[in-house]
This record gives sequence, C-alpha cells and structure tokens, in this order.
Amino acid sequence: MTELAVSDMTLMAKTIALVEAASFRLAPGELVVLLGPNGAGKTSLLRGALGLQKPASGVAALDGVNTSALSAMQRARNLAYLPQIRPLAWPNRVRDVVALGRFSHGAALGRLKGADADAVERAIIACDLVRFAARRTDTLSGGELARVHCARAFAAEAPLFIADEPTAALDPRHQFRIMDLIRDYVGRGGGALVVLHDIHLAARYATRLIWMKDKRILADGSFAETVTADRLETVYGVKARVNGLTVEMDGAL
Amino acid sequence: MKAARYLTPGLLLASVLAIFAACLLGSTPLSPDRVLSAFFGVADAGDQLVVWSIRLPRALAAFLVGAALGLSGAALQGLLRNPLAEPGVLGVSATASLAATFALYYGLVSFSSWVLPIAAILGALAATALLTLAAIRTQSIVTLILIGVGLSSFAGAAMSLVMNLAPNPFSLSDMINWMLGSVANRSFGEITLVLPFMIAGAAILYLTRNGLSVLTLGEEAAIGVGLNLRQQRILTVLGAGLATGASVALAGAIGFVGIVAPHIVRPFVGYDPARSLIPSALLAGLILVLADIGVRLVHTDNELKLGVVAALIGAPAFVWIAMQRRTTHD
Repeated sequence: MTELAVSDMTLMAKTIALVEAASFRLAPGELVVLLGPNGAGKTSLLRGALGLQKPASGVAALDGVNTSALSAMQRARNLAYLPQIRPLAWPNRVRDVVALGRFSHGAALGRLKGADADAVERAIIACDLVRFAARRTDTLSGGELARVHCARAFAAEAPLFIADEPTAALDPRHQFRIMDLIRDYVGRGGGALVVLHDIHLAARYATRLIWMKDKRILADGSFAETVTADRLETVYGVKARVNGLTVEMDGAL
Repeated sequence: MKAARYLTPGLLLASVLAIFAACLLGSTPLSPDRVLSAFFGVADAGDQLVVWSIRLPRALAAFLVGAALGLSGAALQGLLRNPLAEPGVLGVSATASLAATFALYYGLVSFSSWVLPIAAILGALAATALLTLAAIRTQSIVTLILIGVGLSSFAGAAMSLVMNLAPNPFSLSDMINWMLGSVANRSFGEITLVLPFMIAGAAILYLTRNGLSVLTLGEEAAIGVGLNLRQQRILTVLGAGLATGASVALAGAIGFVGIVAPHIVRPFVGYDPARSLIPSALLAGLILVLADIGVRLVHTDNELKLGVVAALIGAPAFVWIAMQRRTTHD
C-alpha cells in the first residue's frame, strides 16, 4: 500500500508564496479531485507533492520517504504524473508515445522487453487505443491525444496517479471518457489526484474533493460535506444553487 | 517499419564503399586492385603513400567530422525538441572555430599538440552551455536561433579582427581554412589527436539517448516519467560540445550537415530522437565523404573548401525545413 502524505507544506517562488501550509493524503482506491480557481496554487501543490519543487517548510512523503529525496526514476515508478498537456515535439507513433511511460522501468523505444511490452499493451487496451496504436500522433484529434497521454501515464503502472487538468479543452464526451479511464484505474487499485475545473465531473467521479483558494486548502471531504452555495461563492465567485449532487451556477458575482 | 532494420547496416555499408571510392578517385585515379593491395601493404611505395598518407586519412577525416556533426545535431534536436537545432546554425561550430584560431594565433599550439583540440572543444562547450541556459528560460526556438546568429556573427567578427591583425599571409590562409572548413592534407596523426574526444562525446550522447526520447513529451512530462532533466541537459551539452569541438579541431567549421542527416533519417526511425542518433551520424559521415570526393574532382584554381560545398547544399535544405514547419509547434 503506497500512500502520499503532504503535511503543512509551504512552497515559495523567491519571496512569493505559491502554496501555504497545505496538508492532504492520497491513498489507493481514492479518486480525489482538486478544485479551485486559476492561480489558486493547484499545479504548485501537485509539483510540491511530487517533490519536483522543494518546499520552504513542511514535507511531502511517500510511505514515509520524502518525495524530494527520491530519484526521478523512483518517483516515477510510484507516482505517475500527467502535467497539463503540451504538444508533442515529434509525430511519433501512438505505441511509442505510450512506451515512453515505461522510461522509469528502463525501457527503450523500439526494443521493449517482456514486462514493458505487456504494460504498454495493457495501457493501450485500457485507453481504447488499439485501433490507433500504429497511427502517427499528428493525425489524432485532441480527445484521442488526451487518451494517448493517459495511456502513457498508466503504462508506468504506478500505484498513484496525479493529473493536472486532463480534461482541458475536450468535448463533453471525451471528458467523460478520460474520467472513466481514471475511474477504471482506481478500480484496479490505484489512487488518483486530478485537477478539474468542472464541478459536475467532480460530482460524478470524485470520492473526495479538495478545495483550494488563494494558496490554501479550504476544505477536504466528500461532495456532500464540501459543496455548498457558500463555498462556490467564496472559491469561484459565482452565484450557485446546490441540490444533492446537482449544482446550478447562475453567473459571476 | 522494415526499412528501419536495414537503415543502419545499409548506411554503414554505403559509408565503407564511399571511403573506398574516395581512395580510388583523385588526380591520379587508382584501380580497385591497386587500392586493395595498398590496403594490405603489398603495393608499390607510391600507391602506399597515396592511399595511406593522403586519401584514406582525408576520407576518414571527412567521415568522422560528418559523423560527429550528425550525431551532435540529432542529439541537440532531441534536447531542444526542434529539427532546426544544429551545431552550425546555433553558432557552436563558429565559436569553437574562433577558440581554435585564437590558440593558433597566439602560438599556444606550440606548448602541446593537445592545445588545439582542447581550445576548440572549450569554445564549443561555452557556446552549447550558453544556448542551453537560454533554452531553460525560453521555449522558443526562434530565440535560440537568434542567439546562434549572434554567436556566429560575434565569432565571425572576432575572427576577422584576428585576421586583420594576422602577422603574415601564412597564418592568414590558415585561418581562412578554419572559417571555411576543409579536410585537405589531414594525417592519421591529426585524426588520433581528436578521436578520443569524438569517442567520448559520442559515448555520452549514445548512453543518454533514451532521455532524448522522453523529451518528446515536453520537459515537465519528461520529468513526470522519470527523467533527470538537469543531468540530461548537462550530458547532452557535454557530449555535443566534445564531438563538435573535436570535429572543428580537425576540419574547421562545417555547417548544416547536422541538420540535413537527422531530417532524412527521422521518418525511418519513427521520429524517435534516440533511434535517430546512429543513422544520423552514419548518413552525415557519408554525405561529407561524398561531398569531399566532389570537392576533389571539381578542378578549380584554388581548391574548393568542403565547408563551402556543405553550406551550398545544406543552407537551402535548412531554409526548406524551416518553411515546412507549422508555427503551432513553438
């Protein structure tokens, strides 16, 4: 059982605070959605948790080991990280891009060994990319490309998965499909932390929600516990009505 | 991708044939059997001399210089995630050339024959390191190429200054060789001097090649799949600096080979920077051997410089590749 525990973490960029005194945990079997307005510090929180940025104070630990003390390879084998999606530099084949996810296991493109080839195949099947495996990535739509990125993150077969806006710029159907893939991953025993901007997707998929605003974590709990009209007003500055899992937003305040 | 399997062996075979052909052709053409017997030391003294002291070292120098530049180009393109990156375009060769000229001009070379390759390599490393620092701050290849233009111009100006002050016509013509690039009159002695640096650079680039593959994903995502980005940058810069500097020490500044070869190779290796390294090196070596044969066969009053021919072929190819690119990539 791999568990990520962030406690009292503060991140600074020179003199400006990016995240202040944040604490949360992520364990297998959970699909945690991180919500908050632009500039709230969500991406910084993820990077700090991953150990990519050294905290000014506090600690992020993976089963008790400080994440910034892990080597890049060790970290990647335990924590799959899908940052905000950027264009690929070269028009590689889909299977090769997915295989890049095995880098932390020492895989090299073009000559995948047994375990690596199997993991790549499983990720391709899980993300419904079998038809596209031999296609060049520059012939894919945005939604298909997002699945390729998910597949390469899953191919690492890490116990924990952290994704930064994996559904950005996708149509509703593809947003559902990406979230389905992440839910399936959690069903297979993984733990996922996902940044979303869509409260409806969060309502449908999250087992837990973490709310951020102005560099701080405001709330951490189930949808019922943390989603109120007041919260949406303070976090997003919108007028909203909440009725069970249904949220209606009436516009900016 | 059947073609990919035959790519490396095919290029290797073509390179060997081209080097052999380079030994046949020249002002006094030799027949294949005379060249072969010279190879095995059973030909007459004249043939031995022509093959072992003139043609073979010259062809090998052209091949090694091309291979080092092709490898450096492919690796820099992987690191900077851009097909226009190349030691010549980025000003690395010119800076190395300037450093070498300085070493020559101030007579530092008289201390030790190692001074020249080391000066060229230090020049190459300084330029590559500066470019990498810039690459950390900006994602834009345009900025990098502009920095390269700046480096080249500065190196050119500094070189003109040194030429202005050149004490005698002899050193002047030496410097022109450095600027234009040539493998004429190279000996095995000169090759052995730079070979260790080329091998070291090539080994570093080859051993770190898988990191270039994951950089396809972008830097943040490459870190996400387990790349130590800092280490990758340092090693690629070091490897490319060693290989480019060594090639400049042997032949002066020869541009654009490092851009053309990887561009041709890439579709055959699934656009994977790691798998493009070896074929790019072989193809670039092959191109320079063939170009040098051309240089020797064309009769002109003053000998054509290899670097000039390489630029005449390479520069239009560079423009063409640049025009093919979609702006969305930057």
